[in-house]
Amino acid sequence: MAPAHPALIFDHIGMTYANGTQAISDVSFQVSPGEFVSVVGPSGCGKSTLLRIASGLIRHSFGSVTVEEDKIGYVFQDATLLDWRTVEQNVQLPAELHGIARPEREKLAQDAINLVGLSGFEKHYPKSLSGGMKMRTSLARTLTLKPSLFLFDEPFGAVDEITREHLNEETQRLFNQERFAGLFITHSIGEAVFMSTRVLVMSARPGRIVASFDIPFEYPRNPDLRFDPAFAELCAEVSAALRSAY
Amino acid sequence: MSKAAAATADNVPAPSTARPKTLARRLGETLVPPIVLGCAILIVWYMISYLVLNSTNRFLLSPPHEVWLRGFADWNNFSEILIALWSSARVAAIGLSIAICISMLLATIMSQSKLIEIAIFPYMVALQAIPLLAIVPLISFWFGFGQTSRVVVCVLISLFPMLVNTLFGLHSASRGAHDLFTLHRASRLTRLRKLMLPAALPAIFAGLRISAGLSVIGAIVGDFFFGRGDVGIGQRLREYANELEGEQLLAAVIMSSGLGIAVFLFFTWLSKASIGHWYETRSARDD
Repeated sequence: MAPAHPALIFDHIGMTYANGTQAISDVSFQVSPGEFVSVVGPSGCGKSTLLRIASGLIRHSFGSVTVEEDKIGYVFQDATLLDWRTVEQNVQLPAELHGIARPEREKLAQDAINLVGLSGFEKHYPKSLSGGMKMRTSLARTLTLKPSLFLFDEPFGAVDEITREHLNEETQRLFNQERFAGLFITHSIGEAVFMSTRVLVMSARPGRIVASFDIPFEYPRNPDLRFDPAFAELCAEVSAALRSAY
Repeated sequence: MSKAAAATADNVPAPSTARPKTLARRLGETLVPPIVLGCAILIVWYMISYLVLNSTNRFLLSPPHEVWLRGFADWNNFSEILIALWSSARVAAIGLSIAICISMLLATIMSQSKLIEIAIFPYMVALQAIPLLAIVPLISFWFGFGQTSRVVVCVLISLFPMLVNTLFGLHSASRGAHDLFTLHRASRLTRLRKLMLPAALPAIFAGLRISAGLSVIGAIVGDFFFGRGDVGIGQRLREYANELEGEQLLAAVIMSSGLGIAVFLFFTWLSKASIGHWYETRSARDD
């Protein structure tokens, strides 16, 4: 059940680009604190557009978007680390941009680094990190300002399967700990079902929400959940909805 | 899921592709090929001096030992070359410094507005396309026949590569990185200082290496046209050629090349010292 004050509300929003491409059409849903909502859908259906609208990076054409939270955390598809900054300097960046004093931002960054399990790598430059470690650094950077609304733009698509599973487990652990409002874009049904409280399925372009699945599993979720028949059944249902959405 | 387990699973730094090499092996790999090639060049040089040229026209390519004896071992001759080389190096350094300042300023302004970039760029291309010989009379008309004109030649010749590389570098930050700064409401100046300029450094250093070499060429070329004031290496080259001083001419050419190589090596070192700890070329990446 959704709490009373949603962190993010999409109300009949639509988006048409300047070249006439209609990316999304009449999308309505909301994400409340303590909710982790994943959106799955075909490539090009406007999933990432939803996040860019929510974060204010682009303006929507129709409907209204309400973001109740001041602090939004955005985890990009790529780690988008600045090569010339060490792990700790990258993690400190948002606090630096917000003018937070050095001692405080160092503490915030160290807390975030510890939270994602990167202690000991603070002085490393991105070129010496693996793909998984880069994503963890990106995650830590987003955690620095302790946002109450997290937007994840398919962040683990570029890492290998095992690393992806570990990052999924880390993310749901963080969610269980912090209970932020999360909107997660992914192509992976298993990933969506494993981490989310709710999974939304979008149709092919112009993207619309065609199905919604509440995920009943308790947090924290054990990795073995992936082998649970109930989990497999839910994945099959989402998959069927996704196939019919093409 | 235990945090410790997750932390160790993918916390493996990217493997380095370079195998550890001993100092002797590295020196061998770096020094042996150019030494072997140098020896081959000396052999061919001797063959041309003694087998192709007769004693009457051997001045066209004096053998290496005579170049050494008259051009380098004779301090009077060598100091003359060194003084001229120093004068040209100074001109090249001043010209390059001015070109760096102008190009950095222009590129920064151009990077902030597409309209300004579109407005300025065609003129920069036109400036680059004008043959130097065609504007020599104009330069002498405006700046005289002294050192200032030589500096102007250096600036003109080294400006474009520096400008293009800096502009390319300033545009090289990814859209994701720009989005990150937009999300945190970074000001234009903050974005320039913390994102665009650091991202541009590899391209700026690449431009510096090219422009520095061109600036040395500009100083030598400038000497040929603008001979007043301090004697540069270009003037010495012309003087030695006119007097058929083949040995000193070759010594001056070798020293000019040495200056070009020294400048290139200096900027390569500077680049490595400044950004080598975080930057690696795309081809060397293992991901």
